Amino acid sequence: MGKLSSTLWLILFVLPQQVLANNQFNMRKGVTDISNDVYQLHMTIFIICCVIGVIVFAAMFWALIHHRKSKGAKPAQFHESTKVEILWTAIPFVILIAMAVPATKTLISMEDASKADLTIKITGSQWKWHYEYMGEDVAFYSILSTPQEQITNQVDKSSTYLLEVDKPLVLPINQKVRFLMTSDDVIHSWWVPDFAVKKDANPGFINETWTKINEEGIYRGQCAELCGKDHGFMPVVVEAKSEQAFANWLSEAKQAKANAAIADAALLDQILPKEELMTLGEQVYMASCAACHQPTGMGLPGVFPALKGSPVVLGDIKDHIDVVLHGRPGTAMQAFDKQLSIKQLAAVITYKRNAWGNDTGDVIQPSQIQAAIDATSEAK
Amino acid sequence: MSHAPLLKRLVVICVGMFAFAFALVPLYDVFCDVTGLNGKPSLEQAKQSTSVNEAREIDVSFTTHAQSGAPFEVQSHEYSVVVKPGAMREVLFRAKNTSNEDKVMQAVPSVSPGKAAKYLHKIACFCFDQQPLKAGEEVEFKLLFYVDTQLPEDVEELTLSYTVFDISRQIVASN
Amino acid sequence: MSSVTEQQHDQAAHHDGHHHPAKGFKRWLYTTNHKDIGSLYLIFSLTMFLIGGAMAMVIRAELFQPGLQLVEPHFFNQMTTVHGLIMVFGAVMPAFTGLANWMVPLMIGAPDMALPRMNNWSFWILPFAFIILLASLFMPGGGPAFGWTFYAPLSTTYSNDNTALFVFAVHIMGISSIMGAINVIVTIVNLRAPGMTWMKLPLFVWTWLITAFLLIAVMPVLAGAVTMVLTDKYFATSFFDAAGGGDPVMFQHIFWFFGHPEVYIMILPAFGIISTIVPTFSRKKLFGYASMVYATSSIALLSFIVWAHHMFTTGMPVAGELFFMYATMLISVPTGVKVFNWVATMWRGSISFEVPMLFSIAFIVLFTLGGFSGLMLAITPADFQYHDTYFVVAHFHYVLVTGAIFSIMAGAYYWLPKWTGNMFNITLAKWHFWLSLVSVNVLFFPMHFVGLAGMPRRIPDYALQFADFNAIISIGGFAFGLSQLLFVVVVFKCARGGDKVPAKVWDGAEGLEWEVASPAPYHTFETPPEIK
Repeated sequence: MGKLSSTLWLILFVLPQQVLANNQFNMRKGVTDISNDVYQLHMTIFIICCVIGVIVFAAMFWALIHHRKSKGAKPAQFHESTKVEILWTAIPFVILIAMAVPATKTLISMEDASKADLTIKITGSQWKWHYEYMGEDVAFYSILSTPQEQITNQVDKSSTYLLEVDKPLVLPINQKVRFLMTSDDVIHSWWVPDFAVKKDANPGFINETWTKINEEGIYRGQCAELCGKDHGFMPVVVEAKSEQAFANWLSEAKQAKANAAIADAALLDQILPKEELMTLGEQVYMASCAACHQPTGMGLPGVFPALKGSPVVLGDIKDHIDVVLHGRPGTAMQAFDKQLSIKQLAAVITYKRNAWGNDTGDVIQPSQIQAAIDATSEAK
Repeated sequence: MSHAPLLKRLVVICVGMFAFAFALVPLYDVFCDVTGLNGKPSLEQAKQSTSVNEAREIDVSFTTHAQSGAPFEVQSHEYSVVVKPGAMREVLFRAKNTSNEDKVMQAVPSVSPGKAAKYLHKIACFCFDQQPLKAGEEVEFKLLFYVDTQLPEDVEELTLSYTVFDISRQIVASN
Repeated sequence: MSSVTEQQHDQAAHHDGHHHPAKGFKRWLYTTNHKDIGSLYLIFSLTMFLIGGAMAMVIRAELFQPGLQLVEPHFFNQMTTVHGLIMVFGAVMPAFTGLANWMVPLMIGAPDMALPRMNNWSFWILPFAFIILLASLFMPGGGPAFGWTFYAPLSTTYSNDNTALFVFAVHIMGISSIMGAINVIVTIVNLRAPGMTWMKLPLFVWTWLITAFLLIAVMPVLAGAVTMVLTDKYFATSFFDAAGGGDPVMFQHIFWFFGHPEVYIMILPAFGIISTIVPTFSRKKLFGYASMVYATSSIALLSFIVWAHHMFTTGMPVAGELFFMYATMLISVPTGVKVFNWVATMWRGSISFEVPMLFSIAFIVLFTLGGFSGLMLAITPADFQYHDTYFVVAHFHYVLVTGAIFSIMAGAYYWLPKWTGNMFNITLAKWHFWLSLVSVNVLFFPMHFVGLAGMPRRIPDYALQFADFNAIISIGGFAFGLSQLLFVVVVFKCARGGDKVPAKVWDGAEGLEWEVASPAPYHTFETPPEIK
């Protein structure tokens, strides 16, 4: 008796709990109060559904087993009952109200327009995220860092395959962080399951949501709205630090930005060797250009133009720089003037003009990029 | 039995529903105005404010985003201002055409949280008109606005965002 | 259009030389016979089901393991998009229209559909729509790759030039559906046999009447949406472009205003089929006929006020979110009534398990499962976690595959003997059922898990923690796909021959369709039957 009941207990209660607590099977509880509420709500509705399902199908299978023709069952004659029908219209109503109450509560607690400690502007573009710490003068792009060789199965995949980026969004814990979402091109959706935050980034509009993280850690999510070819390759990575560590990180980021400006200024007087530019150029190309123009420079016919033998790439250097800097409005070609440093730009343009048989022999220096930027802003 | 009368009615429903799809476009704008859906604020000049609530302070921050390929830099002089509901406030924006061609700029405003959109009244805004900017030209734009005294109590801060588009090509196409 | 004299002319023409079908291809091309057109629709639907299924196999093969193996992401997106379009507009909807063509006139004692020549047109434009759509896959740049929901601006500014073909194809599909729906309405309203009062209509006829009204209400809205996509892309309008005062989110409102009723267009006729089959094999009248009719109508009405539950993450005022959440939850009440009624019909019946009944029972259980996940999706805060994940994929495949498709299979097995005069190979059909039942759950059930664990939909490659389940899902997918070839064999063999069946194929069956001979003669009910 004891053995049987404890086995039953194990199967009926402990096992499902083990299974459901497993992140591989079930929604995660996450690390915010809201995500915990959402998890509880999810479990409540799930369990109610299970109970209803068991009752209804128990009745059905009872009938299937006991009211079989092969067992000689004779059909009854009843085919309506106002009482029963009213009852099973009314009971679901009551159950729905029971579900709606906690759902409404959670939804209202999500809607909080009080002042935030920190505001991050998130801009989606094909296929990367841009984070701006509002009022702090810190901003950067966050791009998938999984190497192409892992995606094409040439090397083993890392444990954070497709969920890793070059620069994660760094956030403080225990502070209300407000997110403003917008998009540079198509609709994207910023999703971190551990925060229960998913919000669409719509071009031309801003959307708002917020979170307050309870625990330090690295949290990973993905773009949730189909946004074109590499929709599956634009992850979100958030690093939650203690308030002090975050403050340190922020001042370091500001310092790094100032240092980069100095380094850029120093570059203007330098002539970089072609080999260095080609090596860096290939890296930049793979990270920023290869998604559309393909690692082979062949593009996708009818979708993304080829760079190999392209009249722009083989043509006038100035025009080529202009396209890379400012993009082509109304197409998927983005403006890279804000995305890449002058050194990276010089390198990637050099690379394009010399790779895949585009043997122009041209070497573009950072100073030429800077000149092009200055020329457009000082024209006339 | 003749099918014609019923057939006619059904065809009328079909045509009507096709027209309804297009009627949804203005209806959607009305819906947005009423509910503040998507933070789509009015693009028309608002009436002057009549009263000021001295007891409340609202944080209004500004952000701009030049859509990919739009060669503009637009930025407010201040990142954010604190205003009293009903009180008029002027904010200056610096706008620059960074290309070497003449361009026409259109700024599209959006307010967050969405429910605050209808309480942000603009008296003067560069977003009311298309703004032609010569190559390399830099100008100052003025935004004159106030926050309605009716702004819901729980809203402590709001953001006015401008997305800046290059509409030069559309203008050429329509001329 | 059809005046009284024209009708007389029609009838005269019938008597002159159309008693027997013409021979060869011309018979099918020029036919105005509801049974011929019904067969054409069903064969077309089965063909599309196999083509759309082949695309699903490509998707599942790519997702079998993490990493990119077979196709590149742009082609993968074309596969998910065209798979969706084909299954919705090419497989499920034409199958129901085919069943309506065959069965509605037989069930209401009408000699044919009310508008036979339009009927011919509404079928024959359909293959061209899909030829255009499929051809775009082979053009430079490929076919549509923006999802079957074609959200702007991905489908406008950021799509390739073949989008015009997609728009044109959808227009043709829409016109075909509208013509089919008009025909069904006119037939049911005008051609019922004397004495066939509204509350005596078979439930399949009722559900189709309501479906037809949904179709003429929302297909024009879809036509409007694709037209706006077309003009935004090629004619410089700005319906969905913020730069010109438009709003991309408005696209979603217009699309889902069509899209949600569309979901019920694909399930209401299924309810009708199940409500026909369950009483037959329970040998007991359908429980709560009247409440079934009211439940169907209220589901149809509610379907117009729930569309924004597809858009909770777009940023909506909290009042809007609450309204759409409550309205959506409300739909589970009439849907629940239907399930309870089916169970009550079986209760104390005299049940036997012929193949159509097996599919119907599987429908009731698995559709309800899809209903539960639908209820969970309605809960706005939880939807923020479920939205656009495999949990949604699991949900709508449970309602569309084990829902709509299983009901179509049930209906096909139920009426196949009536259509052909032959009983199908029961052993093979049972194999088809059991293999489908097991594999469909291996295919779709683990999708709940990967969805909850955080796998977004429409991605060609995924993180390693989803690998095990995706391998299982793919195996289920291949098994389910292969099982459907058995169905093709069963249908083909049944059309060729088999044990002859009497007029009343199933002993518990009721309805006018069982009073005509098997196979159903080319012309039936030229004089209206008498309804007791």
